[in-house]
Amino acid sequence: MNWIVRNLWLVPVLPVLAAGISALAKRKSRVLAASLAIGSMSLSFLLSVWAFAHVLALRNSGQPSLQVFNFRWFQFGNEWLSLGWMLDPLTAVMLVMVTFVGLLIFIYSVGYMEHDDNFMRFFCFLALFAGAMLGVIISNNLLLLFMCWEIVGLTSYLLIGFWFSNPKAAAAGKKAFIVTRIGDVLFFLGIVWLYAQSGTLLFYDNGAGFLEHSAISHLLTQTTTTGICVATGIALLIFCGAVGKSGQFPLHVWLPDAMEGPTPVSALIHAATMVAAGVFLVARVYPLMSAHTGLADVITTSTALQAVTWVGSFTALFGAVIAVAQYDIKRILAYSTVSQLGYMMMGLGVGGVSVGMFHLITHAFFKSLLFLGAGSVIHGCSGEQDIRKMGGLGKLMPVTFVTYAIGMLALCGFPLFFSGFWSKDEILHAAHTWNISQAPFYMGAFAALLTAFYMSRQVFYVFAGTSRLAEEHHDHAHAADTSSHHGSGSPHESPAVMTVPLMILSAFALLLGFLGTPAWPWFQSFLEDAPVSVNFGAFLTGGMLPVMLSSSVIVLLGLTLGWWFFGRKPIESADAPDNFGKLSPSIFTALGNALYFDAIYGATFVKLTTLLSRISDWLDRWVWNGAVQTVTYTVLGFAHLDNFLDTNVVNSGFDEGCDTVSRSGKLLSMLQAGRIQGYLKIVAGALVVFTIFLLWKAKI
Amino acid sequence: MSPLSGYLLLSALLFSIGLAGALTRRNAILVLIGIELMLNAANLNFIAFWRYGPNPAALTGVMFTIFSISVAAAEAAVGLSIILAVYRHSKSINLDAMNSMKG
Amino acid sequence: MTISFFIIAAITIVGTAAAMSLKNLVHCVLSLTLGLVGLALLFLLLGAQFVGFTQILVYVGAVAILAVFAIMMTRSAEPMTNLPPASFRLSGVLIAATVFAVLAWAISSATRSLPSQSSQPEVSVNQIGVALMHQFVLPLEVIGVLLTAALVGAAILAMDETGASR
Repeated sequence: MNWIVRNLWLVPVLPVLAAGISALAKRKSRVLAASLAIGSMSLSFLLSVWAFAHVLALRNSGQPSLQVFNFRWFQFGNEWLSLGWMLDPLTAVMLVMVTFVGLLIFIYSVGYMEHDDNFMRFFCFLALFAGAMLGVIISNNLLLLFMCWEIVGLTSYLLIGFWFSNPKAAAAGKKAFIVTRIGDVLFFLGIVWLYAQSGTLLFYDNGAGFLEHSAISHLLTQTTTTGICVATGIALLIFCGAVGKSGQFPLHVWLPDAMEGPTPVSALIHAATMVAAGVFLVARVYPLMSAHTGLADVITTSTALQAVTWVGSFTALFGAVIAVAQYDIKRILAYSTVSQLGYMMMGLGVGGVSVGMFHLITHAFFKSLLFLGAGSVIHGCSGEQDIRKMGGLGKLMPVTFVTYAIGMLALCGFPLFFSGFWSKDEILHAAHTWNISQAPFYMGAFAALLTAFYMSRQVFYVFAGTSRLAEEHHDHAHAADTSSHHGSGSPHESPAVMTVPLMILSAFALLLGFLGTPAWPWFQSFLEDAPVSVNFGAFLTGGMLPVMLSSSVIVLLGLTLGWWFFGRKPIESADAPDNFGKLSPSIFTALGNALYFDAIYGATFVKLTTLLSRISDWLDRWVWNGAVQTVTYTVLGFAHLDNFLDTNVVNSGFDEGCDTVSRSGKLLSMLQAGRIQGYLKIVAGALVVFTIFLLWKAKI
Repeated sequence: MSPLSGYLLLSALLFSIGLAGALTRRNAILVLIGIELMLNAANLNFIAFWRYGPNPAALTGVMFTIFSISVAAAEAAVGLSIILAVYRHSKSINLDAMNSMKG
Repeated sequence: MTISFFIIAAITIVGTAAAMSLKNLVHCVLSLTLGLVGLALLFLLLGAQFVGFTQILVYVGAVAILAVFAIMMTRSAEPMTNLPPASFRLSGVLIAATVFAVLAWAISSATRSLPSQSSQPEVSVNQIGVALMHQFVLPLEVIGVLLTAALVGAAILAMDETGASR
């Protein structure tokens, strides 16, 4: 077995180690923390590239590119729990993406968090996150994946609530933790069920793993009492975990609130990597997801994948609709992330692993680019996050503007030169040819229109026109982000440590798409272990060209609409109503409040929980408490009896004993003169006495 | 009188001299020196018993003395630094002044 | 019982007795050094060269110097004016004398059963080194830890607690 496969564990362990060391270091050692985190991440990146090259070499030599390394962890009963890690194209791609994007964001964070007092803590958490995320990627065991998954959730909680003195951030952290926990509980149920059914949690184990043929076909033959196939049930439960983590409807509510965290965190965790973990999970267990009982030659889609498709496409549309009416620069991006994650799920559902994963990778680059650009804007505007109060930044922050525009066009899927176009087009094409229903295709297409619309709205608001950044906002700017306040009032370009990662990311946002065009689907075939060749004819077959054309038209239409509403004449005042919102203010307000989902959840689930807790409170107070009180009074009665006996019978005797002890204590305390030499004399006397005693005994 | 008993008597005498010093002097440093002397007397005992004992090849007495010297050195260092600390605290190392532990 | 034993024993006793009875503390330490050198010579006489030299290194070289430092730093070099009462000193000397008497009695009563082999055992530093590294390696490690702890502890104890006073 190759060295890199045996030592793949180093990739996640290095950042975790860095986190551990910086957790123990002094609070002020900023350079140490940053260099540890960045250094470990660079090493992990190099190892990942090595792993990637190894997979590539295996593939080119025609060997199977899946390699696993399993070991036994501990024994319970007669069974061994095996853990392990694996290296396959999916792992390799994700490793390179996470370490590379992570490395850039770490470097960016050095600039962004420069003025924060808790710089150390930030890098410690960030490195721990990176380690756990890499653990999720390499693990070859669902349980190990789940553990890393939970650490990832924990660090997400810690980093959302990083500025915990701000109550909104603390609440957002809690919300994220609890909402994802709902998904995770179901996920864990799925794991338990899977273990009960198949007896292993390893993905691949030389034919014995649960993603391999024998286990899957075993799972397919079982049905539950309600008639659902066991494989489907388990797949749906695992998908619930993915729904929670990836912010899919209906568990999407935590993701927009998670934007209370520092912007690099939003970029790394809540755009590029962690939220993609749900998509990755579905891709990882894809054999289980896609398992169906139908005949092999009949093209059918499993129930689980149908659920994935519908949830994904609905979320894609839903997120895009809400993003139209947001004013916070980061919340727009957050809802956009929700929408794009929906796309990825939809891609997985309709087109398979490579379609969804391609969008995941391209999205990771351009969305982290957008978030870092937004961070640069916020940094430059001294913590302002409301797009109504920005404007005119295109001239003041040229690098940020250009890179942001590239990210925005990539997200919209602007034709031909931007990576988002190719990956999104792939999904739309797969949805178009889906054999169940055409609805996901139309939902996806409409969402693409909205994406182009809300992104152009945001860009016009932020970068066009004249600055609306009123002086008064400097004083009570966003409480949390003022830690990055430079002291200068007017917007300014960010330092090079922040802009260079932006430029690198924008280069990737441009170029990455060419790895997966229909003419040269290198990325897709890499994931699927298929040969690859250049074939321009692919554009013409399978309805590819019409889909491409229509999606280009859709994107251009969206951008034009955005220009019509927001770019045609510049927005003059920060308090002016939204040009688009004027069409139907009530709907716009509803959208602005995210369709009141927080309120609905508050009125139903939270209310229900409160009601249940009230009922248990009542039970506690009146029923259990009554029982406890009865016991209490009985015991109290005994206690009074006891007390009577004590004072009148026991006490006098005890007092006598106490007095004796205290008198003898006084007597003995005279010996404790506090003079060492007195004690020494006593010791010497004792030595004499004992020696005489011994000698005398020896004589007899 | 055998050579061994001569060494033992000498060691007992050294021990008693150390003890007398530790008992009569009021200066903490001298008390510590007295205790060191008592330790040295014990070392002399070890060496004498090793030299005239039944099994000198075992080196036990020598080893014990070496370790005891190391421990005594550590003890002297800690003891003297305690004396310094006490001096800083009460500006005196007279043992009469150190009776705050009086019962 | 050779003549050299008696001469060295006399030096040792005189040195230590003076160390315990002189008034000036510096004189005390100097005569203590003499006594310790005598003790080291006794070790050499007994054939324990390594121990003898260790004794000189540790006691004459280190402990005595340390004691002089302590005397200097606590400013107790000048003779004591307020000597303890005579009764106090007398009781101490009496107790010490009693201890010696009892010990001497014990030794003399055991003389008959004591071994009197007199062949000089050969012990080289090499043997001691091998023994330290094999049979006694664990005590050696423990002593190492103890010395480190004593070093750190002594440094901390002697450190000025109120760092700001400097």
